[in-house]
Amino acid sequence: MATVSRLIGDLEIAEDAVQDACAVALRDWPEKGLPANPRAWLIGTARHKALDRIRRESRRTELEAASMSELSRPVSGVEGPTRDDELSLIFMCCHPALDISVRVPLTLRSVCGLSTAAIATVFLVAEPTMAQRLVRAKRKIRDARIPFRVPPKHALPGRLHDVLRVVYLVYTEGHRTSEGPVLVRADLCEEAIRLARVLHELLPEEPEVTGLLALLLLTDARRPGRVDDQGHVVLLADQDRSRWNREQIEEGSALVAAALAQRAPGTYQLQAAIAALHSTAPSAQETDWREIAAVYGELIRHEPSPVVEANRAVAVAMAEGPAAGLVILDALRANPQMDRWPQLHIARADLLERLRRPRDAAEAYRLALQLEPPKVEREFIARRLRGVVP
Amino acid sequence: MRYLCLVYPAEDFGPTPEQARQFLGYRASAMDAGVYLDAGRLQPPDTATTLRDRDGEHVLTDGPFAEIKEHLGGYVVLDCGDLDEAVAWAAKLPGVRNGAVEIRPLLELSA
Repeated sequence: MATVSRLIGDLEIAEDAVQDACAVALRDWPEKGLPANPRAWLIGTARHKALDRIRRESRRTELEAASMSELSRPVSGVEGPTRDDELSLIFMCCHPALDISVRVPLTLRSVCGLSTAAIATVFLVAEPTMAQRLVRAKRKIRDARIPFRVPPKHALPGRLHDVLRVVYLVYTEGHRTSEGPVLVRADLCEEAIRLARVLHELLPEEPEVTGLLALLLLTDARRPGRVDDQGHVVLLADQDRSRWNREQIEEGSALVAAALAQRAPGTYQLQAAIAALHSTAPSAQETDWREIAAVYGELIRHEPSPVVEANRAVAVAMAEGPAAGLVILDALRANPQMDRWPQLHIARADLLERLRRPRDAAEAYRLALQLEPPKVEREFIARRLRGVVP
Repeated sequence: MRYLCLVYPAEDFGPTPEQARQFLGYRASAMDAGVYLDAGRLQPPDTATTLRDRDGEHVLTDGPFAEIKEHLGGYVVLDCGDLDEAVAWAAKLPGVRNGAVEIRPLLELSA
C-alpha cells in the first residue's frame, strides 16, 4: 500500500487499486499458484489498475497526458526498501495540516489496512460518516500536496512528535475499556506495537521512539491481568502478576534502559520507566513507590498536566502514606476540569478508605458515579461503594 | 503548485519602515528561490466595500465581507513543490509574528 501510494501519488486511488489487486490475487493464486515474487506482483498489478483508472477518468488534456507519461515510465523501487515507503506514508497520514481527529483513523485505514467499518466501530460513528472523513482527508492530501516523504532532519523532531502521538492514541483507543468489540480493540493494540517497531527499526537513534515502543510493550504485557473472567476491571494491586507477559516485560525494560542511557529523557521514556518499575515488581507492596513518585515528578517537568500530578499523588501515597497523597489530590480539585474527572474521586475514595474515613470515602465514590464514567468503571465503583457502606 | 497565503497580522502590526524593509528582504530571497509570484498589502478594513448579489440586484455595504476580529492584512502568492515548502515560506513572512496565515492551494486549471 505504501509503495503504491508513492508510485501513484494519490492515496484514494492507491487504496482502491491495492484492494482490486488483492481481489485478483485471491481469485487467481489458488488456481495458478503463487507468483515468483508475490509482493512485487501485487504492487505491479495495483499500479496498473491505478493507471487504468486515471486514464479512464482523465479527459486527456495535454497536462494530464504529460503527467501520465511520467507515471507510466518504467519504475525502479518496486521491490526496493519498502520500509521507507511505509515510514513516508506514516508521516503523511500524521501530517499536522490534517485535523488531529482524522490522523488516527487515517493511519488505521491507510497504514494498518483496517476496514472503514472497523474504524467506525472503534470511534462510535456510523460507517458513512467515517468514510466521508477519510475521503476528505485523502483529498486534502492530494489537493494541498501534503508530501509523501520523511521530513528533513531539522523538521524531524516536531513531526516525529506528531507521529508518536498518533501511534500512542492508536494504542490507547485499543486499550480503553469502554464499549466496543473486544477483537477490534486487541487489533489496535497490536497494530500500535507494530507501528512503534517499524519506527524504532528505522529511527533507532531517537530515544523517544524507543521509549514509546517500550511503553507500549510494558503496558500491553499487563493486559491479560487487567480484566477478570467476568470482564471486571482489576486494580493493579490485585492483579494476578503471573498472567503478565514476561517476555514482553523483559524486552520493554531493556529498551527503556537503552533509551534513558542516551540522556535525552522525554515523556514516553519516563512513562515507560514507570511502567517498567511496576512490571518488574513482584507485588504492589514490593514496588519501588519512592522511585515511581520521583519519575512522575520528572515527567511533570516535561508534561505539566494535572493528570500526571494525580498519578504522582497515588505513588506518594504508597511511599509516604495515604495522608500525603490525599493532600495533593485535594489540591487538584481546585481545577474545575479535574474535579469533573471520575478517576480523581476514585483515587481520593481509595485513600480515604485507607485513612479509615468510610463516610468521606463513600461520598467520594458517589461523586465519581455522578460524573458518569464508562460502564465497566461504573460497576467497579458500585462494588467499592458497597464495600464501604455495608 | 501555487499557494495563496492570506496574512492576518497582529493588531499592532505596522507597517513601519523597518517592517517594509523586512518584507523587501523576504521578497528578494523568495524570488531567488524561485517561489515568489505576487504579493500585496491591504488598506485597513474600514476602507472595504462589499457587493452582494441577490438575483441580479446589487447591494453595497460598508465594510469587509466577514466581520471577524482578525483582519486580512495582505496576501502572497507562492509557487512551491508541496505544502511543507509553502508552510516554510509562509512562516518567514514578516506579518506572521503573533498573527496567523492561511495557506490555500490554488485550483490549477489545465487545458
